[in-house]
Amino acid sequence: MNARNLLLGIVAAALIALPFVYRQPYHLHVMVLILIWSFAYTSWSVMGRFGLVSLGHGGFMGVGAYVTALLWNHLGVSPWIGIPLALLAAGALALVVAYPCFRFRIIGHYFALVTLALSGIVLQVITATRDQTGGSLGYTPERTKGSLLVALQFDDKETWYLIALAVWAAGLVIWYWVDRSMMRYAMEAISEDEDAAAAAGINVTAEKLKITLLSAVMTALAGALYCQYQMFISPDTVSGISVSLQMVFAAVVGGIYVALGPTVGAIITIMLAEGLRIGFGTQAVGWDNLIYGVLLVLFIIFLPKGILGSLLERMRAPGKS
Amino acid sequence: MLKLDAVAAGYGTFQALFGTTLDVNAGEAVGVIGPNGAGKTTLMRVISGMIRPWSGAISMEGVDVLAEAPHRIIELGIAHVPENRRLFPRLTVEGNLRMGAFTPSARAKFAHRLEFVFDLFPRMKERRNQLAGTLSGGEQQMCAIGRALMSDPKLLLLDEPSAGLAPVVVQQVFELVQRIRSGGLTVLIVEQNVQQVLRVVDRAYLLEAGNIRASGASAELLASDTIKQAYLGV
Amino acid sequence: MFEFFDVYLLEAVISGILLGGVLALIALGLNLIFGVIDVVWICYAELIMIGMYGLYYFYSVYGLPMWIAAPACIALVAVLGLLLHYIVIQPLLDAAPINQLLATGGVLFFLQSFATVAFGIDFRNLGIRLPVLAIGEMHFSFARLLAFLAALAGMVVIYLFMTRTYIGTAIRAISQDRQIMVLMGVDTKRLYLVTSALGGALAGLAACLLVLQYDVHPFVGLSFGPITFLIVVLGGLGNFIGGFVAAFVFAEIISLGGLYSDLEWGYVLAFAFFILMMFARPQGLLARRS
Repeated sequence: MNARNLLLGIVAAALIALPFVYRQPYHLHVMVLILIWSFAYTSWSVMGRFGLVSLGHGGFMGVGAYVTALLWNHLGVSPWIGIPLALLAAGALALVVAYPCFRFRIIGHYFALVTLALSGIVLQVITATRDQTGGSLGYTPERTKGSLLVALQFDDKETWYLIALAVWAAGLVIWYWVDRSMMRYAMEAISEDEDAAAAAGINVTAEKLKITLLSAVMTALAGALYCQYQMFISPDTVSGISVSLQMVFAAVVGGIYVALGPTVGAIITIMLAEGLRIGFGTQAVGWDNLIYGVLLVLFIIFLPKGILGSLLERMRAPGKS
Repeated sequence: MLKLDAVAAGYGTFQALFGTTLDVNAGEAVGVIGPNGAGKTTLMRVISGMIRPWSGAISMEGVDVLAEAPHRIIELGIAHVPENRRLFPRLTVEGNLRMGAFTPSARAKFAHRLEFVFDLFPRMKERRNQLAGTLSGGEQQMCAIGRALMSDPKLLLLDEPSAGLAPVVVQQVFELVQRIRSGGLTVLIVEQNVQQVLRVVDRAYLLEAGNIRASGASAELLASDTIKQAYLGV
Repeated sequence: MFEFFDVYLLEAVISGILLGGVLALIALGLNLIFGVIDVVWICYAELIMIGMYGLYYFYSVYGLPMWIAAPACIALVAVLGLLLHYIVIQPLLDAAPINQLLATGGVLFFLQSFATVAFGIDFRNLGIRLPVLAIGEMHFSFARLLAFLAALAGMVVIYLFMTRTYIGTAIRAISQDRQIMVLMGVDTKRLYLVTSALGGALAGLAACLLVLQYDVHPFVGLSFGPITFLIVVLGGLGNFIGGFVAAFVFAEIISLGGLYSDLEWGYVLAFAFFILMMFARPQGLLARRS
């Protein structure tokens, strides 16, 4: 156990020290992206691992990003207040959609389709309110001069790297916390058999709502961070069905039953997208998603536990194939 | 006609049949009796292709049944009336009968077979446009047997035809089996209602915990002490 | 009172009915596939998108006459449906249902990006200008009316197929009892393929009707896909009649919502209505869900 803590300490120190030693801006940029998306994918898998397959997380991410940016631009509300408000909004949206779903046993296919529609609708709302949100052309939070803590705007990549690292680590801590909590046992029982879980005294609706709320709020935070970092958001990059599917895809590729699975998924998918973008240049439009799609299908058919999940399983059970 | 040789079968890791060997001759009515969970239903499912055995051989009129794709076994002349009847509740009686005649060879004789089934069960003719789910228990059993007969089988597998029916109706069902037999059809019937079934069949096997414990002519089994004590309650 | 019931309202109501026909056709395709194979193709709208490009290429680019181009388009999407089942769904038949759904999500990505790569992101249309019908003060596009009638005709053909043929009866039967199909001599694998082709053909027909009215671009599926999922969930997955009714209800909401504001708000209204309906009739519009 001690050796493990030591190793954890070394890895943490190395990750924190990295931007002070290595300052190549493009590489740092890719790492920030990986950290933010890793956090988003981890947020999804917090509920996804219990069989609650939400395809609505693109919607929560969009709410997180747009509410923060809109409050800043239109009302001058600092992101330090705007982000909590955005998280509240995403949480409220999650409750409004999830409560009837869970209360009335909308599970499996039904739940996936309802949430899928949710992310589609959030995209429609952003597009429809084009006078305020810029519609499908995208939206830019107003810039301050240089770095400003109140505006949560920083010019240097190092600061963003550290912020993203902290949030990503917090995501992992939450993942472990859920993993060790009673909630996990309740949720596992529910995903096995809702009736049996209810009979065993578990408040099925409440447990599912709790985990959904947590997951949605975390996802909205990822959206807000992404917005503050990129200083540009568009409906396609932070909301909608394709973002939802992208989350599921990355989580599945990495492995949804292990803590670092979504992170591995983010590393693979973002490196892939960036690699294709550089490799194909401007011709890459569409190619990265083309390969995404094919890989997703192949992964689900051949490696349903994901890369990291399958690797760990193999390491734990040597000899067994 | 039908021969099973050392058939072992089960579900997942659970084994239900341990090397069952039995045969049914053309024109015979054979019963398989035994307690709940003895593997009777599994036996029927293995023959009709609903599940595949782990080992052993099954042949029908000399043809290797296991060499056929499961959905083609019906074309060898084996029709199975499953446990609990398993009608399509939201199809009409006629729709159910139509499903019984799904195979190409049966489709060709559809009109003829329909007439045959309606002759056998005039009640089905009256109810032909009624949803099967709304029929009474006895009518459902008629419909299920009728559906199996639509394929013009040589061998009829009946799984617990009396289960869940009122005593009067049970009586009718066994009379029906008699009538079907006398039409020349070979019947393999699984039943818990031992007394009734032994009156209808020529021979029977006693299946317990996946093994054949005894077999013999009906009269012999009716007289046997083990059967009397364990199943007839005398 | 009379002011409220004006001619625009009536026009919107009728437009809603016309839109409902096409939505009902799409819902029928999704329900057919779910009823038989127990899987939801979440890339269904993207199959339609490919079909729209298909008709655009057959008719506008290759210059085939419409009576060849439209059937060719339907056949093309039918083959796509067949391939989708054979390549993606069949290997996953014994996997968790949600994995099948996610795999079709991968196909959604694939089809969208395939269209982007192959056809570019420009908006295209057939360039056919059909006349506008004027009834009193109301105006209806002929294309919409044609689409409505063709959708109805398509559904009647499916109805006859489902009730009059052995395969159609088997399609209705399999959703009621999957395991005993083998006792009827039904080859379920083959039935799945037939259903997939049929579902694809319906998507192809919907594509022909939509491309008459709207421009096609790689992401066009996103504009009507979500609403079709709401329709089939509210109608009860696999429930043909429920899907039919729900399609018209949603079409009316979208059409009437669009009357007072943008079309997008019509979608939002539809979603709000959906959430309300889940409280009111959680078992689905026409209950029959286990």
